[in-house]
Order: sequence, then C-alpha cells, then structure tokens
Amino acid sequence: MARIGVVTFPGSLDDVDALRAVRLSGAEPVSLWHASDSLNGVDAVILPGGFSYGDYLRCGAISRFAPIMDEVIRGANEGLPVLGICNGFQVLCESHLLPGALMRNEQMKFTCLTARLRVETNDTVWTCNFAPGEEIGIALKNGEGNFRADRETLKRLEGNDQVVFRYLDNPNGSLNDIAGITNERGNVVGLMPHPEHNVDPLVSDTQDGEVFFRSLLSFLDATASV
Amino acid sequence: MPKVIVEVMPKPEILDPQGKAITGALKRLGYEGFAVRQGKRFEITVDGALDEQRITAIEAFADTLLANTVIEAYEVHAVVDDANDSELEVTGLITVPAESPVA
Repeated sequence: MARIGVVTFPGSLDDVDALRAVRLSGAEPVSLWHASDSLNGVDAVILPGGFSYGDYLRCGAISRFAPIMDEVIRGANEGLPVLGICNGFQVLCESHLLPGALMRNEQMKFTCLTARLRVETNDTVWTCNFAPGEEIGIALKNGEGNFRADRETLKRLEGNDQVVFRYLDNPNGSLNDIAGITNERGNVVGLMPHPEHNVDPLVSDTQDGEVFFRSLLSFLDATASV
Repeated sequence: MPKVIVEVMPKPEILDPQGKAITGALKRLGYEGFAVRQGKRFEITVDGALDEQRITAIEAFADTLLANTVIEAYEVHAVVDDANDSELEVTGLITVPAESPVA
C-alpha cells in the first residue's frame, strides 16, 4: 500500500484533513513532524495548509528552514512526488522548489469560496487522472494567494506547460489567473485551493479533490510495475 | 552594542496592496498627493565587534531569510553610534540586489 506523508508544522491547520483524504483514497497516511529529519520512507509528501509560524516574516518563510524541509527538498529533486496546498504552496515557493511567490490578495480581503478552476495540464504526478481543460470546483480560503513572478519566469511557466490550474473567476489578482503550478519534472505541484476539503459528499459540494489522490496512486502504480 | 538595520521593501514594480490601502486611507483623511509603499525594518544587535565575518553573515541571512528576492529588495545599514543614532555607511555593506523586473 502506498504510504503518503503529511508534514505538520507549528501552525498547520489542514494536516488532519489531508491525512484523512489520504486514508479515504485508499493509501496509508503517515504523519511527519517538522522537526524530524526523516521522511520515514514515504512514497509522497503533502505540505498542508494553515498558518505555519503564524505567517510571521512571510508566509512559509520560516517553515522553509524546518529540519524536515532539507529532506523534502532533496527528495523532490530526486523525483519524490510533493504536493503543496495553500500554505504548503507558499513553503514550496520559499524553498525555490517552485518559482514565483504568493502575495497579499489584491483586494486585501481573506477569500473563502469554492474556486472554479480549469485543469491546464495533466502532465504531473498529481493531476494525471484529470482531462486537460476539465473544469473543477475546489475550496479556496486564504489572504495571501496572489501569485507573482517576474516576466521571464512567467514566460517559462507558460511555455513549458507548468501552469497546472487557472481560476475561471480570478479571486485574488494572481498573474495570468494562476491557481497552481508544477516544476519542470512534474513531480512537485503547488496550488492555493484545498483538494483535501473536496473528498467527502457530507461536507463538500464537489468531490473533485479525490482525483488528486487517485492521480498520485495511478502514478505510483505505474512506476512500481515498471 | 553595534546595531545593523536591514530594510526590506517590495520591489518597485511589485503591486503593494497594503501600501495601496494606506494611500487610500490617507486620501479619506484629507491628505492628498501622497503615495505609500509598505516595507519591513529589522534591527539586529550584534554581540562583540561588527567585523567582516559578521557583516558577511548578516548579508547572507538578509538574502535568504529576511527578504524574498523574488518580490523584495533590501538594504543593509550599520548603526555604529547608538546614542546619536547616526547611521554610518560601512564599506561594502549596502546591498540592493537588482533582479529582473517583475511583471
């Protein structure tokens, strides 16, 4: 059974939801602690949402230097699947595993809604079970989700097909309506919306989040049988 | 004790929603013709002398931790005399990384 780790930082909020979503997808959830320097041999890592270190300094700036991040960065560079959700996306940008940065929402308001997204590429570990162009609804809740990057970086992201999700109704001023991106290899994905909140009909209006976890499991199955 | 100031500002091309909100508040208060951008100021006290090695260390962590150079520029100043709060430039200490412009 695939073992999927979820890192808890001081101030993480959605680590338990992420662990639960992993369990519902049929994989084994593994709790990982920020101060540990071991990934316990997991097959993939999720950096969850929340306000790690109270968002002090900049969102994700202090978590990026947590001991476990050395292992996450090393693993990611070797192809380990890594998903950063919301604060996790901010940590991935601060770690330079993904380009760009997340800034204060343009309208200075905390946003909480079901974001309508278009899946721009299924050429990543975490989106391979989506159809390209598919429109999905995923919970979005943040104050600093405004994606920014310099012109060159933006051109590279668009040219390399590294924009994974775009907002249909841009809620925060993100450049090019970007909601999520991937690295060149497609194993690291970061997005502001929360797929782990869209896996259970009891509490969510769509179950589109399930596909993230199914995509990962398909990828792990395919690579295991090679 | 020697003190070093690191000032971090959003790069000029970067949207600064907080600065914009403050600019709007000033207008509402009747202060016309002002534009504000908001940054951060870090005051760092140094144990012992502020030598080359300490300066290099401060520049290194200003670049990796205090500022995110994707969106922010920073300046490092040394305050040599606390009492008079006179900011004296120390050779080689001013750093403003000029990166490619941000969209």
